Amino acid sequence: MTTNTPSKVHVTTTINGQQHELLVPGYMSLLDTLRELIGLTGTKEGCLDGNCGACTVSIDGRIVDSCLVLGAEVDGKEVSTIEGMATPEGLHPLQQAFLEEAALQCGICTPGFLVAAKGLLDNEPSPSEGRIRHWLAGNLCRCTGYDKIVRAVQKASS
Amino acid sequence: MVATFEPKTDYKVVGTRPIRHDGYDKVTGRAIYGGDMKLPGLIWGVCVRSPHAHANIKSIDTTAAEAMDGVFAVITGADMPKAPSKLVDLGEGNINFKWASNKLMADDKVLYRGHPVAAIAAVDRYTAEEAARKVTVEYEVLPSVTNVVDALKEDAPILLEDLVGDDLGEDVTNTNMAAHVRHEFGDVEGAFASAAHTIEREYNMQMVHQGYIEPQNATAMWDEEDRIKVWTSTQGAFPARTQIAGILQVDVSRVKVTPLEIGGGFGGKIPVYFEPLAAILSKKSQRPVKMVMERSAVFETTGPTPGARMIIKLGADANGKLTAATADIWFEAGANPGAFIGPAAMCVYAPYEIANTRIDGWDVLVNKPKVAPYRAPGSPQVAFAMESAIDELCENAGWDSLQFRIDNASKEGTRRGDGVLFSKIGMQEVLEAVKTSDHWNSPLGDAPAGKARGRGIANGYWFNIGLKSSANLAVNSDGTVQLTEGSTDIGGSRTAMAMHVAEVLGIGAHDVRPTVGDTESIGYTDVTGGSRTTYATGYACWLAANNLVDVLKERVAILWDINSDDVDFNDGVFSSKAEAEKTIGFKELAGKLDDLGGPANSTGSVDLESAGDGFGTHIADVEIDLATGKTDIVRYTVVQDVGTAIHPAYVEGQLQGGAVQGIGWALNEEYFMLDDGRMANSSFLDYRMPTTLDLPLIDTVMVEVPNPLHPYGVRGVGETPICPPIPAIANAIKEAIGTRLYETPMNAGSILKALK
Amino acid sequence: MHPFAYVAPGTVDEAIAVLNEHGDRARPMAGGTDLLVKARANVWELDAVVDIKNIPELMNLSVGSDGLSIGAGVPCYEVYENSEIVADYPGIVDGASIIGGIQIQSRAGLGGNLCNAAPSGDGICPLIVYSAVARIASSSGIREVPVEDFCTGPSQTVLETGDLLVSIEVPKPAANSGAAYTRFIPRNEMDIAVAGVGVFVQLDSSGQNFESARIALASVGPTPILAATTGNSLAGKPVNDESIAAAASLARDAATPITDMRGTIEQRKQLVEVLTGRMIKQAVERARG
Repeated sequence: MTTNTPSKVHVTTTINGQQHELLVPGYMSLLDTLRELIGLTGTKEGCLDGNCGACTVSIDGRIVDSCLVLGAEVDGKEVSTIEGMATPEGLHPLQQAFLEEAALQCGICTPGFLVAAKGLLDNEPSPSEGRIRHWLAGNLCRCTGYDKIVRAVQKASS
Repeated sequence: MVATFEPKTDYKVVGTRPIRHDGYDKVTGRAIYGGDMKLPGLIWGVCVRSPHAHANIKSIDTTAAEAMDGVFAVITGADMPKAPSKLVDLGEGNINFKWASNKLMADDKVLYRGHPVAAIAAVDRYTAEEAARKVTVEYEVLPSVTNVVDALKEDAPILLEDLVGDDLGEDVTNTNMAAHVRHEFGDVEGAFASAAHTIEREYNMQMVHQGYIEPQNATAMWDEEDRIKVWTSTQGAFPARTQIAGILQVDVSRVKVTPLEIGGGFGGKIPVYFEPLAAILSKKSQRPVKMVMERSAVFETTGPTPGARMIIKLGADANGKLTAATADIWFEAGANPGAFIGPAAMCVYAPYEIANTRIDGWDVLVNKPKVAPYRAPGSPQVAFAMESAIDELCENAGWDSLQFRIDNASKEGTRRGDGVLFSKIGMQEVLEAVKTSDHWNSPLGDAPAGKARGRGIANGYWFNIGLKSSANLAVNSDGTVQLTEGSTDIGGSRTAMAMHVAEVLGIGAHDVRPTVGDTESIGYTDVTGGSRTTYATGYACWLAANNLVDVLKERVAILWDINSDDVDFNDGVFSSKAEAEKTIGFKELAGKLDDLGGPANSTGSVDLESAGDGFGTHIADVEIDLATGKTDIVRYTVVQDVGTAIHPAYVEGQLQGGAVQGIGWALNEEYFMLDDGRMANSSFLDYRMPTTLDLPLIDTVMVEVPNPLHPYGVRGVGETPICPPIPAIANAIKEAIGTRLYETPMNAGSILKALK
Repeated sequence: MHPFAYVAPGTVDEAIAVLNEHGDRARPMAGGTDLLVKARANVWELDAVVDIKNIPELMNLSVGSDGLSIGAGVPCYEVYENSEIVADYPGIVDGASIIGGIQIQSRAGLGGNLCNAAPSGDGICPLIVYSAVARIASSSGIREVPVEDFCTGPSQTVLETGDLLVSIEVPKPAANSGAAYTRFIPRNEMDIAVAGVGVFVQLDSSGQNFESARIALASVGPTPILAATTGNSLAGKPVNDESIAAAASLARDAATPITDMRGTIEQRKQLVEVLTGRMIKQAVERARG
């Protein structure tokens, strides 16, 4: 691209259990790395400043806004996205609960909510309503008013 | 002659809650939204935007940007076709091609901050953004106006020198007033003179945004055949095509719009923004071009709903009967004409029967983004004013405000403020449901030390539109049906469409596979907006399904060698009228069609007047920290007449989502404008939409008064629920702190001030 | 966003070398939650971003007998999920657990919050009231700066070209002490403080009198402010409503806010007074155990 373009970074990373070897421009966000370089467009762009949570993925088990992570930073790390949530055996209980509880309308925030909620349930299988609301405060939804999202997460809790 | 229908109750599919057909793709990340579009050779477009709210463009120098490696095309206002001044109805509001074109790309003058002055297509987004920074624009900054009062002053800076305003039918020039309309009925002066109780108050509201999470986007390819293919997140592929063709000055048949999944719209994705620009960049670069808007530009240049100034005066007799009302309504249009004063006039008095009324509305230009529809455009504003005034009138006279609303409620035959007479409506039923609801009959509860609680109620109304829709059906040999329909699906409507078809054919909701068509695979269909989709497109699906039954009766007639008039159809089974034991199920018949005349298809299309008036009443309990002014919503209930709920879970979702948008509008959302016309808070950090932590669960009470104009009684439901929250919360705050607020947002700062 | 190179050195010296090479066109990155936003908005035009998270020293978090050491790159969650820190440094946990939402807290840390030097930085007031010290490395060695002197203006700090924050050292609080921090925001999460107040109190052995106190205020000045007079006013006073109200009133006077989109001068002063009273009471409660 432009003159004086800094060199790309060699990144070896595991995404949804599959190893990828990538050349990532230093300035490229993890969000764009996933969407543009690898083609995983399930992770959504909403604001690019960490205030909507639509781009939530997890790195080594911790949820992050992938717009505020550089692709170069995930060298040697394990990244999980919405595309890795279902297994050949079927949907994750959260995905199933979101469908059954009608917890999505337009669906653009849904991948972020699901990845975030999984981050909660993986560590706290039976969170209270208050804890669910606190955990998901970094994910904006403009369609549902959150009622059915909270209920779906409760349903998927053990 | 408009067809009417008797209510039914014995539905098999209607009223159930099947999993939505598109749900699997949406919970797995596979669904393709506009921003996910990929094409071979795709390049990226970005806009160069004005840092000023109002300025003349002295010069633009794009040479440095054009010289950059990886840049394929640069365009400015000079590249825009000169669209003529022509008004076109988009279903929820009109557009004029001339203004619509000017809104997308400034000509010689910028009218709002963020107004595009150039656009660039480059190999990737980062390169395009770098190139955009190399475009130099010389501006002559002009004074700006950002509210209706300043815009109408004698010496106000004029936005559009060639605007001819319509002042009650008279042409006016050198003005920011695009229109002034009036509706007057009865003897208003006389009624006020004899009123026992009157109240007159002024209300002001800041502009707010739809706040959809998916930014605007578009991908376009202008090919060698001069055909323009567009992939976009839109609320209506056909209205998008109308706008794109009008702005680009080409025939509509040259434009093909493929609607991709859409990440929220609420009205804001009815107008096009990037589509024509991407097309022109594509023509110039001979490559497909994709554009995705940055969030700050979404706030600064798309969407918002009008900020407003309103003066309401009410009169009632000694017995608590409303007798007179006047409303003066000034709405911000943004940089081009088209604030929603028409709908505001239709909505302001709608919940009440008032014999003597006057409404004056003004559509006023200001140096802010051109407004777009936002969920019941114009109605939440007037609901805030009207429902606050109703409560204050009741407080002053010592009346119970719920009983007052019941006693004065509109009903069949009531005249709306713009003169229309209501048919069968559910305002009274809704208010009776409020009276018997658990929430209304539960105590407010004691506030903790240092806090105060209050409960408020308010009505809301939206008229719900009908318009045009199309649906196609085709039978598969395994007994399922393919449905193609024209309404883009923002909240599960595909499934509601499939349920209409399934109910007619006596098959399951998942035996129908619904697809949203592009503009070359389905007939014209208006926007997903105006709360029309389930009503009008559902109606078209119902028609198509009934037409399919007729087609299939012909096939059964071949099978049994009888006349098709002698074939009956009930609950998925065809039978012979002559020999009742002779039957064949829909699925079995589907498997035999190859030998019975081949493919069985049908279509349905409608052009409908209204989707049935929608009324709702909300109950809000607030708790206010008296030391900080912070408001928490501790309990909230939506009561609404929903006609017949086809898929109750998604109807509840509409009620909850609308209520929460209203809650955000009431408490924190606003365009915070700086003196130079810049929006200070154009991010999700400072434009404070509610988070999960700011809300309780939202209870819903669905009152079902079937709409006689739809075969299953469907009424529009999506827009009404954003109308009551603002006044319900205002009324609750008044009860909690004893002081009434007349401006939105009713944030902690305003409450703290009121507490002093 | 100007294209920049990504550099991930493994040692402090390497990091300083890169920073020196690029001057103000390079920045160290910890969580990146402020840096990447500023780079994207072209507030900063950078040629290099120096990821510090591969430098072990900057990722160290240790609780010892003489205090707490927080590496400059340690994210918030590591702080508030550490049971020893929760027990002994609750005021710091108060701040760390409200910076952004859960996603942000996986990345953002107190070091970055301090270097970002926002007047509203929720991590900074708690560090000030605990008398924390910033350890800064440069090619000329290590120096220490009290956190209350670290920020010099909005987004301005004592850091000069080639300086790198290594860690924040928090002395171990004495017995009978307690601390708390809160802020006022219009929403309940994901927001910027309209006003914030951190309080550290040292009580006498009876728990009935203040021996000393430190109070710091956020979002009511160009930097987070140590309201020294307010804190000192409590020394020797009995713990009661009167002394707390008097201190809260002094805090109000110490606040020098501006009016902007997030709040007015009057509102912010009022909030400082209210929050100061509430935080003194909470700090006392914690001091009493």
